[in-house]
Amino acid sequence: MIRFEDVYKRYPNGREALSGISFALERGEMAFLTGPSGAGKSTLLKLVALIERPTRGAVIVNSRNTAGVSRRRIPGFRRRIGVVFQDHKLLHDRSVFENVALPLVIAGFAPRETGRRVRAALDQVGLRGREQHEPITLSTGEQQRVGIARAVASRPDVVIADEPTGNLDPELSLEIMRLLERFNDVGVTLLIATHDLKLVEHLGHRTIRLVAGEISADGFAADGSAARRPATPDPTLTGRHGTRYRD
Amino acid sequence: MIEAAARYFRLHAQNLSGAVSRLLRYPLGSLLTVLVIAIALALPAGMRVFLANVGALSGSWEGAADFTVYLDDAVSEERARELASEIATRADVDQVEFINRADALEEFRSQSGFGEALDALEDNPLPHALVVRPGQTAVNAMETLAESLDALGETALVQLDTEWVARLRAMLELVERTVDIVSALVALAVVLVIGNTIRLEINNRSTEIEVMKLVGGSDGFIRRPFLYLGFCYGLAGALVAALLVAAALALLEAPVRALAELYASVYTLMGLGRRDTLVLLGGGAALGWAGAWIASARHLRAIEPT
Repeated sequence: MIRFEDVYKRYPNGREALSGISFALERGEMAFLTGPSGAGKSTLLKLVALIERPTRGAVIVNSRNTAGVSRRRIPGFRRRIGVVFQDHKLLHDRSVFENVALPLVIAGFAPRETGRRVRAALDQVGLRGREQHEPITLSTGEQQRVGIARAVASRPDVVIADEPTGNLDPELSLEIMRLLERFNDVGVTLLIATHDLKLVEHLGHRTIRLVAGEISADGFAADGSAARRPATPDPTLTGRHGTRYRD
Repeated sequence: MIEAAARYFRLHAQNLSGAVSRLLRYPLGSLLTVLVIAIALALPAGMRVFLANVGALSGSWEGAADFTVYLDDAVSEERARELASEIATRADVDQVEFINRADALEEFRSQSGFGEALDALEDNPLPHALVVRPGQTAVNAMETLAESLDALGETALVQLDTEWVARLRAMLELVERTVDIVSALVALAVVLVIGNTIRLEINNRSTEIEVMKLVGGSDGFIRRPFLYLGFCYGLAGALVAALLVAAALALLEAPVRALAELYASVYTLMGLGRRDTLVLLGGGAALGWAGAWIASARHLRAIEPT
């Protein structure tokens, strides 16, 4: 679903954010992207959403090489990807309903279908009945849930999230992650960047660790208590819920 | 197919109502912009109304564009009267008045103040004359008539009394050209004003534009609300401009009537008229659209998600 093949990203200022990244995320898989600040997590997600393009290497999303997506075709490409942001990026002059409906309106759904999907998405994130509220009147956790509802409203195959719990306390963070897990349960491919290692360990999904633009580890957290089976079992995996290290 | 069309019209209707509600959300700011556009548009529109009125006035004066035909000294009074009735039968002549040289001298003596000087002359220096009122007032018809009167052989001089009408016309043409130039400049100003307003609007809504781009909004989808906003600014400005012109005419109506009464005539001011009003409204809307188009083409591309 998401495949990186020896991807390099160098910004115009000369900083190399990613060097030689290769990994694959299968359909329906869920993975965390961890690493210290500046390790390249955000850059990697930007390549997936075509906010940036790789300097070298191939980024393949939804079986499409992003190099072949012209500027004019980026909107259509992005409609198949849901994005969750640390700062929600909600529009504060619009109601919760209108925020969640935005991708649906853009995709051209009829009003009736849009309403149905928006209510379904809000129901899934536990905000049913709050359609007409202003985002500003909601708590931070609730705002993030609106952001998630917007990301999944058009039922994309892939959802990427950049520090979705960055502004939340541990309890709310867990709640948000559990919510994202539920979407993964119904088949959405998820890639979540976070530096909340405790939470990552607690949840026990596949974890890709970036350090200085390179993958330093790709496998399952040591604490396997809450670990799940990977969507596609990896024969190189060792032990009960062993950790596989590269390099 | 039908669904696509329905979607198309739905989006446009949403954009239009969105633009209107955006104008109403900040009524004072919108009003100021609309007023600037309206005053700019009212200038050429008002000048055109003025021109139309002067043109109509000069047209009615032209009806009184008489020729004075001075006959040769040798032509007798009898022959002059014959000539008068001959010319009067022409199709392009409305009526002919004969002026006896003796009467003309009397009139000149009483009005010019040169009575004593005239007394010093032995003979009446004035010839018999005919005042010919043409049947048609078109310039070339009058020229044809003047030429054929001149060619009669017994005429000494054919003089168009109303050359000043032609001069007025030439002046009007000059003013008309000036109004055209002013209109073009005003159109440019309106495009710039609306373009700048849309640029500010785009800057204010950069977060929204960024989010829309992130969730897959195409350039056209993102641009359209701004085009409709420009369209609404232009149309509202033109509407207010039409009202301003109507108000100015209402203010001028009484003095114009008083002036016309002094000339013992009745004159009603012409307003913008249906066609010109439509041109004004359509033009304003088109200029707004154009301004928004230019601004959005330049500035929307610069806002990209980071």
